[in-house]
Amino acid sequence: MSTPWIAVAQILVLVVALAAVHVPLGGYMARVFTSARHLRVERAGYRALRVDPDADQRWSTYLMSVLGFSMVSVLFLYGLERLQNHLPLSIGAPAMDPAGAWNTAVSFVTNTDWQWYSGETAAGHLLQMAGFAVQNFLSAAVGIAVVVALIRGLARSGADGRVGNFWSDLVRTVVRILLPLSVVVAVVLIAMGVIQNLSAHTELTTLAGGTQHVLGGPVASQEAIKEIGTNGGGFFNANSAHPFENPTPLSNLLEIVLLLAIPFSLPRTFGIMVGDRRQGWAIAGVMGTLWAGAVGLLTWAELAGPGVVPAAAGAAMEGKETRFGTAASALFAASTTSTSTGAVNSMHDSLTAAGGGVAIFNMQLGEISPGGTGSGLYGMLVLVIVAVFIAGLMVGRTPEYLGKKIGRREITLVALYVLATPAIVLTGTAVAIATHAGQAGILNPGSHGLSEVLYAFTSAANNNGSAFAGLTVSTPFYNTLLGLAMLLGRFVPMALVLALAGRFATQRTVPPSAGTLPTHRPLFAGLLIAVALVVVGLTYIPVLALGPIAEALS
Amino acid sequence: MTTSDVPSSSIPARGGAPRTLGSSVIAFTRQTWAGLRVLLALTVLLGIAYPLAVTGVGQLVFPWQANGSLLTADGSHVASPAGNAHGPAIGSALIGQSFSGSTWFHPRPSAAGTGYDTLASGGSNLGPTNPTLLATVQERRAQVAAEDGVDPSTVPPDAVTASASGLDPDISPAYAREQVARVAAARGLPVARVAALVEQHVRGRTLGVLGEPRVDVLALNLALTTMAP
Amino acid sequence: MNPTLLDPTGPSVDPETAAHPRPRAAGRQALGARQLVAALPAALRKLDPRDLVGSPVMFVVEVGAAACTVLSIAHPSLFAVSITLWLWATVLFATLAESVAESRGKAQAAGLRASQAQTTARRVVAPQDVLAHTTGRGDLLTTEVSSSSLQVGDLVVVEAGETIPGDGDVIEGIASVDESAITGESAPVIRESGGDRSAVTGGTVVLSDRIVVRITAPAGHTFVDRMIALVEGSERQKTPNEIALNVLLASLTIIFLLAVATLQPFAIYSGSRQSLIVLVALLVCLIPTTIGALLSAIGIAGMDRLVQRNVLAMSGRAVEAAGDVDVLLLDKTGTITLGNRQAAELIPVEGVDAEELADAAQLSSMADETPEGRSVLVLVKEQFGLRARESGDLVGAELVQFTARTRMSGLDLPDPVGFDGASGEGVRHIRKGAAAAVTAWVHSTGGHTGPDAARIVDAISSSGGTPLVVAERRGSEPARVLGVIHLKDVVKQGLRERFAELRAMGIRTVMVTGDNAVTARAIAAEAGVDDVLAEATPEDKLALIRREQAGGRLVAMAGDGTNDAPALAQADVGVAMNTGTTAAKEAGNMVDLDSNPTKLIEIVQIGKQLLITRGALTTFSIANDVAKYFAILPAMFVLVFPQLSVLNVMRLSSPQSAILSAVIFNALIIIALIPLSLRGVRYRPAAASVMLRYNLLVYGLGGLIAPFIGIKVIDLIVSLFPGIG
Repeated sequence: MSTPWIAVAQILVLVVALAAVHVPLGGYMARVFTSARHLRVERAGYRALRVDPDADQRWSTYLMSVLGFSMVSVLFLYGLERLQNHLPLSIGAPAMDPAGAWNTAVSFVTNTDWQWYSGETAAGHLLQMAGFAVQNFLSAAVGIAVVVALIRGLARSGADGRVGNFWSDLVRTVVRILLPLSVVVAVVLIAMGVIQNLSAHTELTTLAGGTQHVLGGPVASQEAIKEIGTNGGGFFNANSAHPFENPTPLSNLLEIVLLLAIPFSLPRTFGIMVGDRRQGWAIAGVMGTLWAGAVGLLTWAELAGPGVVPAAAGAAMEGKETRFGTAASALFAASTTSTSTGAVNSMHDSLTAAGGGVAIFNMQLGEISPGGTGSGLYGMLVLVIVAVFIAGLMVGRTPEYLGKKIGRREITLVALYVLATPAIVLTGTAVAIATHAGQAGILNPGSHGLSEVLYAFTSAANNNGSAFAGLTVSTPFYNTLLGLAMLLGRFVPMALVLALAGRFATQRTVPPSAGTLPTHRPLFAGLLIAVALVVVGLTYIPVLALGPIAEALS
Repeated sequence: MTTSDVPSSSIPARGGAPRTLGSSVIAFTRQTWAGLRVLLALTVLLGIAYPLAVTGVGQLVFPWQANGSLLTADGSHVASPAGNAHGPAIGSALIGQSFSGSTWFHPRPSAAGTGYDTLASGGSNLGPTNPTLLATVQERRAQVAAEDGVDPSTVPPDAVTASASGLDPDISPAYAREQVARVAAARGLPVARVAALVEQHVRGRTLGVLGEPRVDVLALNLALTTMAP
Repeated sequence: MNPTLLDPTGPSVDPETAAHPRPRAAGRQALGARQLVAALPAALRKLDPRDLVGSPVMFVVEVGAAACTVLSIAHPSLFAVSITLWLWATVLFATLAESVAESRGKAQAAGLRASQAQTTARRVVAPQDVLAHTTGRGDLLTTEVSSSSLQVGDLVVVEAGETIPGDGDVIEGIASVDESAITGESAPVIRESGGDRSAVTGGTVVLSDRIVVRITAPAGHTFVDRMIALVEGSERQKTPNEIALNVLLASLTIIFLLAVATLQPFAIYSGSRQSLIVLVALLVCLIPTTIGALLSAIGIAGMDRLVQRNVLAMSGRAVEAAGDVDVLLLDKTGTITLGNRQAAELIPVEGVDAEELADAAQLSSMADETPEGRSVLVLVKEQFGLRARESGDLVGAELVQFTARTRMSGLDLPDPVGFDGASGEGVRHIRKGAAAAVTAWVHSTGGHTGPDAARIVDAISSSGGTPLVVAERRGSEPARVLGVIHLKDVVKQGLRERFAELRAMGIRTVMVTGDNAVTARAIAAEAGVDDVLAEATPEDKLALIRREQAGGRLVAMAGDGTNDAPALAQADVGVAMNTGTTAAKEAGNMVDLDSNPTKLIEIVQIGKQLLITRGALTTFSIANDVAKYFAILPAMFVLVFPQLSVLNVMRLSSPQSAILSAVIFNALIIIALIPLSLRGVRYRPAAASVMLRYNLLVYGLGGLIAPFIGIKVIDLIVSLFPGIG
């Protein structure tokens, strides 16, 4: 349907938009997190809530804040889901079952937004507003807070493991970054056709005399933060393919820009905060290269349309919207899987085998290109440390990054981080594929069935949330297991990152010398890309060979 | 030997002493309670105040869009399903509807419920090598070709594939053009007029590059109903 | 530490040998088949899983090999047996690498141990305080005891021909000692009580005279004992970097363990259940066996390279720290300049011709045995063609020795013409010495030094040189100044280039000297060092090290004196000279048996080379995996997914030969890389990014490509065997 030139032109428009956002947003965020002043409204809030926003927390206290806050978030959301039928604005949605409620509560608190349910019928407006949308803000803010703590750890010297104040980081992210952006974007989305009301779904008679429901709901306000916070949980089942969530090609571009904006701007924030903007450029460059590679491959796959069905149909249009076509769908799919967003404007299960494989691999890289809000940057920084370690040895010095030595304890934390997510993905997939309960959910036969299960656990453990949605996951088996995968996939890496932040903050910064390996040059960036592809990628090659690769080559 | 490697526990500082399990539990409990207070406050701000404020602005400034871009049978905009003086709403300008029979332009196949069911949006989720889907596509191709009286090989891809949302309001211009002869014949209209109507409804790419050229089926069919025979 | 004009200490080192130290044994670099065979028994012993568990990668291989053994016994097939054998070979090659690395130290240890043969010690039985009052010889009461029963604080008497029974300090006497057992240097060295040359080492032999030694190390913990342990590698502890790398390798192993373990359920779902042998083969090929097998050999070989250069590192940590050093503190004397100043120029005062000055300078230096004095003779000979006088020329001459009091040397020469022994008329008094001393002498004879001499002296001083004034008195006339000898520090050749190399590596050099700032800067500029610590006291040196360390830099230094001990202990890399005091040797974390301070530079390079070798082989090992996937995955699943044969880019002949070839390659590459791991990768000082680019190209890209070729070649051979191909 689309031509390569149109695909390239759309990508260029997107890149220009991102480039325009990168500098001001990155700089603004750096100011937010380095400013000593609290806004008046923030100060009033802290006083009312009896929270000390100025206590410089040790990493362990910071982690306890993160975990404590996330725990009450899960419990609160679980309560809302279980009780929603008793609450106002429920529009007839029933209470969720325990396994489903657990899955969804974890899903939104972990920024995954994996959805086993259909929003149209399973979630009332109040749950969407006060439950899901709130966590869309907060889970994004928690991710950003954690990466800010890591950046502080790198920037500070001899700070006894103190990495900042979680409450202040959380509140500032919400009040100064996410909320203002969301208000503006929500209104723009309404203008483009995204609905924003509190009505119930109302039946009407169609032109041809049939019946159809007019959907209601506060969609625009949720759609904005869904993309800005790289959440991806759709108000409706069809997510960003739904005309009420993503009505036009322009809103589609806007949504892609939004889901990439903060992740691609954080490297600049990082560069400013560590006092060397070139470091930020290097990170953004690596993220951009990996993203561009994925976009290129996925676009090529969808435009070429290999596979028997696309060949029979004439193009890979199954599961894609006419207004987006193959190019904008591929661009969205590559971007949403690169960013841990998981919003979709096409059905990934129906992507070509190669395209679906790229989507899976994108997530398996650990959501670093550019990844989720905060989590993308800290995931990338962890890989930077792996690369620095190997490169540092190769230049004959104890590896160091930004003046911080990478010793045994640092590398242990990093190794555990690198190990954690693949362990969850592979174990979860193996358990599901080896059990009847797991196999029962598979829709497509053969290799593609394996891909469906692999996609589910990859998406959950990497907190992406998109799906090969043919897999029936509304069962207690999948809800419980995937909930566990999301929880571990979020908080184990976070704990390791904060421990790493504490180690770095404790260390004194070593001044660079001519013998220090420069980490802002293309050579190192190239090595970092290789490390991401080889060290992370190698883990998944066998299972990919049996899933998407076998299917793509058939 | 190195000075940079001072163990963190060796520096006594405010709250910096190594934690015992007991003090950890106390610290975690304190942080959790603080978390609950912050969560409740932010829920009021983000979960109530924010969506209501946006709703207020939306309803005030863009009432038509905020309520679903509803149309009446004569094509005018209404902000409520109940409609207005022009009659009740017959659907949303953004949401596709089922049209069957030779007098209508047909939308794409839909996997939403029995077709264009807004309460069950979604795609088929069938994979690129799925034999069932392959059979379905071949079946649709034959069927569409027969209906529209064209060579099966010319049937465009969107006519034989289900969309992502199941509510796709659009079809490709190629598919719209393919249906012109059938619709014109069924409605007793000159082919040229129907063809011209289709061309009027072809929307190009936004800014020349975004998305794909398309025809809104509901808008086209609405225009068809107002066209004198 | 404060070299004064006539201080004869400070070893003079030939710049040639400093730059290229003589290896202890030629040809040791080559890895011969004989060496491998010799190391085999030790390698077999190391297969004990309890030993192997310290290397998680190889432990996993061994467990896999054991599992395959059981399986191939239960269901024997050529394929299963071949895989099993090659898996065992993989483990064996790893332990072999370690054994070979250790064997190089073993021979040396054996020699050292011979010197430690139990000797008889003559222990002083008198109370210790007796000694303070004892000045005579031979009046100490001694009793013969075994050297192994000596305790710290015991006093022993050692006479010519006897072996010193333990480490200690000479507290009385002076002796020449043969230390060749330790240093390999046959020339005897002087050991005397007091000062910085009082330390003696157990196992060395007194050649002349008699000394009283206070034992400072208990039997079994002497320097040589430690040396034996070090060169044998038995006390080798993993270094911080090695531990960190091991952690990373362990985590990669776990990841691949998971990837392979979970592959079975996926394979079953796909309808192609895999045999355990194939899964183990895949696992072993994926986990980083190359670096896992060679890691400890690299570490041992790194220490061994130091030993070959006659440096003993007391901990591997210090070797690694050497690679990280940011600042090198180098003593001026002996390190940057030749041990002593040399005469560079003769400047006569007005009215005296150069020949006359040269003649007087030569005569005055006849009695000067210091290097400076000899350098005057050399200069006179080279510039004025004056040969050294024969003793016959100097009949009746009276040499005036240099003393600390007079600070002059010279001679009184009876003039053949007009000599009057009684009156002293006709005697020519020639003196040479520090300006102040000679001036005082001239004045004492009623003479004047004149403004010209003072001007020359000032000029030389301010240029960083040392002026020696030459004066003459004929008979009873007032003495007069003839001229000034310009003594200059002579910077060793080739140092400027080496410092430039260090700078490229990001290492700053700081010259430490007792000279004044002017002199120090002049020499620093000539030698090309980056910074200078002038008029340095030991406290200044310590303060400088602390200051650098507070800025996060790692400091290396060399030293020998007791007053260097605090600085040696504070430095991250402290290299004590073997000629130095026990205190200095205890404080430092390395000892240079050659007592050559310039060796610091080589130590730094060896430290870097050690890390680079580890990094390079890690990269190589991981990069290898790509090719192995292309070999094994299609082979495993081609039955159920024929389309995967597209991935068989090497066109390997059969699934079985593909898997076997990958396993064989994986094992052979270990053997192939043993020489590299023992020798260390090529190292040339360069900026970090240049080194990284080179090493990435060779070991990263090479690691990507090499196995494609290697596996293909092995497959061509393996496929010749019926039942595999």
